[in-house]
Amino acid sequence: MREIIKMIVVLTVLSSFSGGLLAAIRGGTKDKIEYQQLVFVKGPAIRGILEGCSNDPIVDRFKIKDGEIERSFFVGVFDGKANTVAFEGIGKGFGGDMGLMVGVNIDDDKIVGMGVTTHSETPGIGSKAKTDPKFSNQFKGLAAIEPCKVKPDGGEIDAISGATVTSRGVCVGVTDATNIYKRLKPQVAEKIKEFK
Amino acid sequence: MAKTITQEFVKGLWDEIPPFRLVLGLCPTLAVTKSVENGLGMGVAVIFVLVCSNILVSLLRNIIPPKVRIACFIVIIATFVIVVELVMQAYAYPLFLTLGIFIPLIVVNCIVLGRAEAFAYKNGVVRSIVDGLGMGTGFTISLVAISALREVLGNGTFYGMSVFPPAFQPFTFMIEAPGAFVCLGLMLCMMNLAGNK
Repeated sequence: MREIIKMIVVLTVLSSFSGGLLAAIRGGTKDKIEYQQLVFVKGPAIRGILEGCSNDPIVDRFKIKDGEIERSFFVGVFDGKANTVAFEGIGKGFGGDMGLMVGVNIDDDKIVGMGVTTHSETPGIGSKAKTDPKFSNQFKGLAAIEPCKVKPDGGEIDAISGATVTSRGVCVGVTDATNIYKRLKPQVAEKIKEFK
Repeated sequence: MAKTITQEFVKGLWDEIPPFRLVLGLCPTLAVTKSVENGLGMGVAVIFVLVCSNILVSLLRNIIPPKVRIACFIVIIATFVIVVELVMQAYAYPLFLTLGIFIPLIVVNCIVLGRAEAFAYKNGVVRSIVDGLGMGTGFTISLVAISALREVLGNGTFYGMSVFPPAFQPFTFMIEAPGAFVCLGLMLCMMNLAGNK
């Protein structure tokens, strides 16, 4: 009996000590980990879109509640003015969901750039959406309040040859992002004033 | 049979070097040694876990009841592994991405559990620290040796730096999984030849 009690006590104390230690370390590293994930997963796309900005868009970010989801917005400062935000929309590609980072200038509602963050498209074909600047540059200057479409669907985006589904998915994702933008613009305009 | 402190350290470097002599911990040895950077990162993570768990097991060796000792060891080891995982995510995210599942798998690495059971549970704190350091260093040296061979032959680079003229055609086989087995086998063979003199 004594032995069993000792076992239970030792294991309990050990486990709770371990739980406490891990909770403390997790709390201490949480922000840093979130930052690192942004830098390495979304960072390249964000930096590509907000090229030439004078701040670090990954540090200057804010969140807005959109229904049940919290969306992150990354702020770009150009010529001393915080007037550009980058945020993510979701489009369905050939191999599943794709994350599309879209940058919008809030002064004239125009798209300043688009970049793919996460995707599982066919390497060498659909994956060109991420790697081929010719494709992503087409989105620059489009109005962020209108849906965007590929040419066969009556839009103005040249699809990547052999990857119509992917190209269409990117357009759907960008449209999704513009819808988010339309919905949240008042809050975005409010929040962005905090950044200079 | 009592060994000096120095002997406890040195045994991990040659006589009982984990992957070659004890043939323990082969899963990470084969899987992460594609590049020297990965091998070194994995080795350092294992040194940390090994030393910390040895210290704690040795300190608690009179408290831990023998019947549940393995469960206690696993709790201690798992705690330190998660510490490594979190710290690596926070400060070396690319390394964390390439090592991936092999960091959590340190929990079940035979070397760590083996040293807790075979050494730290029966010896004092100082000896356990030295034992952990020696074994960990031995493991790291082995990983770096294998990954150096594989990276140099399979990719023509060492720690990311080119070592061959551009005309060198990389022997890609060495980077693939079968190359790991061949490489480990050859190194074991050489270790045995050297030991039999």
